Amino acid sequence: MDEITQREDGAAPPLMAPLAVSARDSSGLTSREVVFDMSDLNVYYGETLALRGVNMQIYKNVITAMIGPSGCGKSTFVRSLNRMNDSIAGFRVTGQALYHGHDIYGSGVDPVEVRRRIGMVFQRPNPFPKSIFDNIAWAPRILGLRANLNERVEKALRGAALWDEVKDRLKQSALGLSGGQQQRLCIARAIAIEPDVLLLDEPASALDPISTASIEELMHSLKRDYTLVIVTHNMQQAARVAERTAFFSLDVTDGKRTGVLVEYDDTEKLFTRPADKRTEDYVTGRFG
Amino acid sequence: MAFADSANPLGPSGNLPRRKRVDFAMRSSATAAAMLAVAVLVIVIASVVAKGASALSLDFFTKAPPLDGAGGGILPEIVGTGLIVGIATAFALPIGVLIAIFLSEFAGARLAYPIRLALDLLNGLPSIVIAVFVYGLLVLGSGQTGMAGSIALAIIMVPLIARSSQEVLRLVPQTQREAALALGMSRWRTTLGIVLPAALSGIITGAVLAIARAAGETAPLLLTSSFFTPNQPVTGNIFGQAIPNIPIEIFNQLEAASPYDHARAWGAALVLVAIILMVSVTARVLLGRSRRKMQR
Repeated sequence: MDEITQREDGAAPPLMAPLAVSARDSSGLTSREVVFDMSDLNVYYGETLALRGVNMQIYKNVITAMIGPSGCGKSTFVRSLNRMNDSIAGFRVTGQALYHGHDIYGSGVDPVEVRRRIGMVFQRPNPFPKSIFDNIAWAPRILGLRANLNERVEKALRGAALWDEVKDRLKQSALGLSGGQQQRLCIARAIAIEPDVLLLDEPASALDPISTASIEELMHSLKRDYTLVIVTHNMQQAARVAERTAFFSLDVTDGKRTGVLVEYDDTEKLFTRPADKRTEDYVTGRFG
Repeated sequence: MAFADSANPLGPSGNLPRRKRVDFAMRSSATAAAMLAVAVLVIVIASVVAKGASALSLDFFTKAPPLDGAGGGILPEIVGTGLIVGIATAFALPIGVLIAIFLSEFAGARLAYPIRLALDLLNGLPSIVIAVFVYGLLVLGSGQTGMAGSIALAIIMVPLIARSSQEVLRLVPQTQREAALALGMSRWRTTLGIVLPAALSGIITGAVLAIARAAGETAPLLLTSSFFTPNQPVTGNIFGQAIPNIPIEIFNQLEAASPYDHARAWGAALVLVAIILMVSVTARVLLGRSRRKMQR
């Protein structure tokens, strides 16, 4: 929390650099295999252009962070990756959103299949009012992954660093867990069906600092198996966990507010040597 | 600023005394009106209890009414009401819940609005109109049957169940649906596995209230299931004949000349009121509990 205080005090620019560097456990990206490839992606809600002209490549087994002020479209963007916005009236996209080379919004694409491969964890922990075990086992059962269900549940809980805390009370209601445990349960639930990508929409914003730290630690261990995309309004969090960071901002023209992708680069570079003035203003706390 | 009454500067001044009298009058009449509603319920129940309690005995629940004279009971009517309402529920519950699911999970706002409106209008339709409709459709030319009565009651129950279920389904947090959808579940799987279980107790409560309402409906049964001899045994042949039931029996017995019949009518009224009150109160307690559970 110290960093935030200092940033607000205005002592920002030198601070971000060591933080970002220390968050990186290796130099360079582990992979350059492209999972998502967006070109000129526009997102509309009805007549409103919510997000304009996004060009971006998201790499496999890399943690990519989306940062930016409220309402800049970063959540909208991430929810567009697994078609979670489909149920919102008036939602549509133009441009291209490719997932392993396949158009996510192409004809013949079943959104249910998209979401089965691209899982999502939400801002507020949303466990089902079922037992801990059933929270995780429900989806695999329906997807026909019934073999070794107990092992699958254990593996998912271990993967989410929750197994030791809940192994003796798997039959108890998930609603009895703490907020941080519930969020890790939601992550376990998401990885139990072995998706390819995990989208995390501000997964720690409703949690206390200790739970937040455990979620961040968890993300580092998850990136071995998954491609992670995290939305966060917390720049320190992006600096700590992500190798790549995208900065979204609001563009106001003629009173219309549209989200735009300002800059997308290695986290270290984005925080220390931003190419765009708007990024620099934001990461140094001079935004607005 | 000068005060009108220097002895009590903050006491009422100007037109405040008059405003206070108006305030008092309005508040009293509103309170009185609210009390009146309670009083009517208490008076109705008290008079039914006062006049009907003497008719109650073990025989009243275990024997059929005699063709004339004292004694006997209303067993065929109790069983018949259970049968007619039970079959009506078997029709109305799945249809009503499916309508509710369509409204809350699948229909867009543009489609949901007219359907909700239609349900509200159907709910407000006089029960005699529904009775006439079923009479023309099923009774005219072929005779009264218990089934016709059940269908008429089902038509009354469907909008009640659909609207109450829809309200409960709306209380299920959107985040629960999103969680299931993000796991690669279809809308229907999400509804069946997550939304319905969360809303189940509320749906059952709404259904029970609809049952309580249908159990006392008289007009639909008057045209569809009223020509029975009071002591006719309930054969379960709901397709072939009118089935004895409590509301019509109350009506018939009060129309009769014999004082014994009148006593039996009051007794039957008491049984009906007791059933409906018990069912309604239980349902409301359940509903309150499930609301609290979901909003936690």
